[in-house]
Order: sequence, then structure tokens, then C-alpha cells
Amino acid sequence: MPSKPDAMTDTLDAPGGTPAPDATGARPFISVKNLKTYFEIRGSVFDRLMGRDAGTVKAVDDVSFDLAKGEVLGLVGESGSGKSTLGRSLLGLVRATGGSAVFEGQEIVGLDERSLRRLRSRMQMVFQDPHAALNPAMTIAQSVGHPLKIHKRAKGAEDQRRQVVAALERVGLSPAETYMDKYPGDLSGGQKQRAVIARAVVLDPVLLVADEPVSMLDMSVRSKILQLMIDLKQKLGLTYLYITHDMATAKFFCDRIAILYLGRIVEIGEASALYAAPKHPYTQALLEAIPDPDPNHTLPRNLPRGEIPDAAKPPHGCAFHPRCPRAFAPCGWEIRDLTGLLEARWAGMAEADHQAERALIGTPKIPDGPEAASRLPAASGDGAALLALLEKIRAEDPAEPFWTGVKAMHAEAGHVTIDWHTPVTPRLIAGKGTAAACHLHDPALAAHLPKAADGA
Amino acid sequence: MSAAKPHPDTPVVSVRDLRVYYGTPKGPARAVDRVSLDIRAGETLGVVGESGSGKSTLGRGILGLLPEGTGLAGEVLYKGRNLVTMTKEELRRMRGPELGLIFQEPMTRLNPLMRIQEHFEETLRQHHPKLSKDEIRQRSLQALGRTGIPPTRYKHYPHEFSGGMRQRIMIALALVLEPTLLIADEPTTALDVIVEAQIIRLLADLKRTSGTAVMLITHNLGIVAEACDRVAVMYGGKIVEEGNARQVFADPKHPYTRELLASTIALETRKLHTIPGAPPSLITPPPGCLFHPRCPDAMKICAAAAPPEEQLEGRRRVQCWRHSATGAIPAGQNAPLGREEISVAFEA
Repeated sequence: MPSKPDAMTDTLDAPGGTPAPDATGARPFISVKNLKTYFEIRGSVFDRLMGRDAGTVKAVDDVSFDLAKGEVLGLVGESGSGKSTLGRSLLGLVRATGGSAVFEGQEIVGLDERSLRRLRSRMQMVFQDPHAALNPAMTIAQSVGHPLKIHKRAKGAEDQRRQVVAALERVGLSPAETYMDKYPGDLSGGQKQRAVIARAVVLDPVLLVADEPVSMLDMSVRSKILQLMIDLKQKLGLTYLYITHDMATAKFFCDRIAILYLGRIVEIGEASALYAAPKHPYTQALLEAIPDPDPNHTLPRNLPRGEIPDAAKPPHGCAFHPRCPRAFAPCGWEIRDLTGLLEARWAGMAEADHQAERALIGTPKIPDGPEAASRLPAASGDGAALLALLEKIRAEDPAEPFWTGVKAMHAEAGHVTIDWHTPVTPRLIAGKGTAAACHLHDPALAAHLPKAADGA
Repeated sequence: MSAAKPHPDTPVVSVRDLRVYYGTPKGPARAVDRVSLDIRAGETLGVVGESGSGKSTLGRGILGLLPEGTGLAGEVLYKGRNLVTMTKEELRRMRGPELGLIFQEPMTRLNPLMRIQEHFEETLRQHHPKLSKDEIRQRSLQALGRTGIPPTRYKHYPHEFSGGMRQRIMIALALVLEPTLLIADEPTTALDVIVEAQIIRLLADLKRTSGTAVMLITHNLGIVAEACDRVAVMYGGKIVEEGNARQVFADPKHPYTRELLASTIALETRKLHTIPGAPPSLITPPPGCLFHPRCPDAMKICAAAAPPEEQLEGRRRVQCWRHSATGAIPAGQNAPLGREEISVAFEA
């Protein structure tokens, strides 16, 4: 059981780098508090008959932030981090299941579809793949003018045309007449993305949610589209939510950055502070992993292991701990981490050695939640032999973070019992610079820090 | 598997004047236009370019994997034989044990109904029919181990793996046959940044330990810098610059290489840089140098005649009039090229 209640609300109200108050000074333009978007997994028919719950994916889990008018907030993370679901939840394209998201004084969570649609003319989305976002059977003029029709914003065909021309010229598709009767297939990737942006700004929105708007484009085109988005921000007074996996474009474009991992914000703050002194090991890894054309740059050797885990069965404690090179005792170690450790060890091991080790280790039961101690069955029935193997594995790589989470191991008849350190769920802790949800920055847990990592 | 070790300076593959033409309703498109290159054993050549530069077509052309009806001319010399004139059956037998390949999206290449074990058994049986069941297992687990896949996953199906692990499996499937030349076409584009970095590291480590010649096709200059010894920059179907990757990135000779590097957004980017205009049409290419309509350094000669290839010091070459031998440019032709502003919309 976690020793601390998961009281994120206290610390989350003022995440690092509180945005400047907007022009009216009264309330933030957008205020998100404890937003949750959960998806139920549909199990088999049998599961449902038995009343068994197949599980929940917490795509967005207790996320809070404020956004001031004219600000650019970057939501950065890998696929599966929940960044796109968060963006869609704000627009009501995906229904949030809890918490609150207030846009210009209007609560979005739980709002009916009619009111949502009215609000959506104020907040628009730009998608990643411009080719998929445009209907291939509609001309550019029809696509860009479509929102005007839906929201009944044009007074007749002439007015519609005038507004479409203005939107196209605004995004650099000029002279507009050249493009109006073309189909998406006639345009290049960059031109298509400009058309998608024209469609997004034709209704004069105040918020643009841009989901990976440049990641499908060629390098030399990316900077052009990014420049366009910056120009539009100044000309139209737009506020952006910029969703990306790319730390480099985010650095250039964003005022503030929120790093997401498995549905939660793990670090948030002013972009300048976050890039100058990233606190969370995940943020640090994202920055170090960028391949750089600079010949003097090389990728680090200690990249985080593996990939983003299954959101239906998130790791205990800190969700990043199984991959984290700096994880320690309270991060949430569990029996699944031992399985992962053994698999990594066996990869590339001589077949006979691997078989010999495997013959000793049984399959452990995976519990639903954290447990104080786990049983690892001895396949041979000999608990002492299994313990000896585990001790040998520990001795071969004592620096492996996993062992910080093991309080004790006892050989018993037919199994080894492993006592775990109590997992603690990290909460965002505001400090100098950014706020990070990482135990390395929690003074209350400093006593558990391994000596080598001290003061880092 | 392969024959006696060749001299380290002898190229594993030599491409000479390779041309690939596609038929389109508007006329033939020159996707690859007189490309020549060498890759030596243990060397990784990065082929970098934007969409439409011909980099993928070049890789497929070398492997003989072009669609029916594509025009192919020139030479791809591999162990003294020209792959371009080989029959389909001869080529098919070479792909795998001699010429390995890795694609961008591994899921499209793995059969969802087959266990990983079966993929390896099928691959190995096809090319080494005499291997025993035990030898197949040993070799497969060894190849998987080198790419970080544990033996406990040998009997799993492709859908039970994450994207990065699938790409590792694809690399293991190519390596298990110990190919002499490995062509990897955008092997990390579909992956997340940390997993991408893991795979780049893996490819770099494998190259060091196996001596395989690698051609790594990518649009990402950063990946070339991290994983490649040499780089060939493609533009409009031509290699406009080639050389040692460090040297090319530290001191690009071709204006396109320089502009492409400058427009790449990195953490150090303080100001956005763009290249005006769009890549050339492959059907009706501009006269002279293909880059001249966008080139800030263009001279009069650039619009009139294609630049000859100049060999520079240390296995480096460039196709640019700015680097041509003195006296090659007729008098007065080195004056700056006057031209109209390029509209922002005429772009990629």
C-alpha cells in the first residue's frame, strides 16, 4: 500500500511557472483541474457475463494546468503518453470522465453536444497528417469553407468566398484563386498543411490545438509551417496548445511545456527553465535522445530501457520507474520488474546458461495492485537454490536500480519471498524552475537516495 | 557464409550511373538520375534527402525491388556481377543471405499469424535447407539476443510486441542470414524518440561487430550524424554531395546541404531558416543545376548547364559550379543569377 495518500490536488493547483494573468487580469483563459479521461476496456463476452471488469485505461489521469491568452503550451510525450487525448478532451472531441476544464468561463466537462459545437468555433484543431485531414473529393475552397457552412457564418455564396480567400491568403496560399478549385491531391505536403490551417482559422478561433502539425513534413518545410504558426499567433492573437513528441520544435515554439508520461504530467514549467535544467529523468532522456546533426554530439549510452508500458496495467509508484536509470527505493518496485530484469539478462545469453537459470525460476502471480511482499516460485521446488541465483544476479550488477527496491529476500519451501520498499506515487513538487513529479526532488524521500546519486 | 574477406578498401557494392525512370501520365519521371556510389565492408553510408529526392528508389533499385514497368539502367556491381542485368530468380536468391533489408514499418513485413519462431524457421530454411532444427533455434536466438529480444519471447506472435521490439525482430531476421550488404530504409521513422535512439545505437553497435556494409536511408540528418561514417545527399534524383559524415556536416560544400542543415530545427535553433521554393519536378526538371532556382549562391552558369562532379580531397565529391576547377566557367558566367522572388506558396 502506498504510504502517502495520492493527494495531488494540493500541489497541483499552482503548477510550476504560473502563467501571467491575461489582459483582463481576472481568470485564466483556460483552466484545467484534475482532468481525467478514462476508457473502459471491453473484455470478452464471457468476462461481461461473469461481471468481470476488463480494466480501465487512464489515458489522461489527474491533469491540471492553466493557460493564459496568447500563450503557447507544449504537451510533449511519446505515443501513449495521453497528449493527443488530452488535446481532444479539451475540445470535447473525446469526453472527459472527470475533473474540470474551463474555457473562457465555460465548463467543458459534461457539456452537451450543442453547446460544445458552439464553443468549437472558438477552438479549432490542426491534425498531424494533412493528407488525411482533407477530404480528397472536396476542392480546397470547399474544405476551407466547410466550417463556415456548419456554423452558418457566411451570408451567401459571395461572403463565403470572400472569407475563404481571406483565410487562404492569411496562410500564404496566395493568390488564393490559384488554389481554390484544386483538390488536395494537387498540392504538396506543405501546401496541404497550410490549407488545413486555413480551415482552422477561417472561423476566427481564439485557441488552436495543433496535434503534431509538422511531424509528417520534410525538414525544410517544417520551419516554414512553424513560422506560419508564429505569424498567425501574432496577427490573430491565437493561443496554442502544441502537441508534439519533438523537443526541438517545442523549444522554439512554446512559452511553457508540460511533459506527459502515461497520462500524467511529470514535469511542467516555463520552457526556458525546463530546457536549461530539466528535473525529471524522463524529460532528460527525451532531450538526450534527439539525434543531432552536430558532429560533436553523440547519443548517450544509458538510454531508458524498453518502451512506454501498457496503460491498462501501469507500473506501481512512478510509472516511469521500470525505464528510469536513476530510480531508487520508493519508486514502486514490484515483481513485474524482476521479470523484466530476467528477460533483459537472458537476451543474448548462451542457450545452456539461460536454460539452467530458467529451470530454477517459476512464473510469479501478478497482483492487481502493490503488495508488501511477493512470492517467486522455485520451479525446481528448491527455494534456497533460487535465492542463491537471485543473489548471484544481484552481485553481478549491484548498481541495477531494481535492487534498491528490494528490502529483503528469504528462501522458503518452494519459493522465495521478496519484501519490497513501500511504493510512493510521485506528485508534482514545485521548486526552483519547473515542477516535477519525481522522488529525486522530494526532500521527504532524500534519505532513500542511493549514495552515488546523492546531490545530483 | 560469405567468401574470403575482401581487401578493406574494396567496395562491397559499386553503383555506376544508375538511372531509374517511372512512367507517369505526364511523361517519364527521372527518380534516380546517374547515381554512382561505393560502400565498403563495415562502412555505413547514410543516404539523406527529402521526399521525392529518390533515396528510397535508389535503395529499391539496388535490390531489384522496383515495381513492374520501371525503367532501370546502369550498373550495380556486387561481387563482380551486375545486379541490374540479373534475372528475378537470381536476385530473389541473393536477397537475404547476400543483400539484407529493413523497412520502415515492421508490422507490414511480419506475418501476424506466424510466431517469431516460424518467421526465423522460414527464413533460414529457405536459404540454408540443410540446417537442423537445433541449429536454426541456436542461430535465431543468437540473432534475437544481439538485438535485445529475450529467448522467452521466441514463441510469441508479432502483435505481442511493441513497435520498437518489432523493429528489433526485423533487424534480427535480416542479420540471421549474415548479409554482406544491409539496406535500411527509414528504419526508425515510425518509432518514438527514445526507442529511435535505442535502435540507432543498436545499428551502430552491430555494424562495429559484424563488418556488414550498411546503406541507411533517412530524411533525418541527425540520424546520419549519429550512425553513419559517410553521407550522400540526394536532391532531385542525384547525389549532389558525398563524403565523410563529420566533414560534410561540419563544412558542407553544396549549398543545398548547407541550407538543409540550416533549416533543420535542433535544440540550438535560435532563428528559423527556410529554403524558398520546392524540390524540382522529376518530369520537367529545371535546366542546368536542379537546385539553381532555390540556391542563394546561384550564378548565371547554374541556370545554363548542369555542374560537373568535382572530386575534393579525401573521398569527397560535390556537384556544384562553385567548386568547379578554375577556368571551367566561361567568362561572365560567374555573375550572380538575377531572378524573381519565389512566392511562399510555390513550395513543398
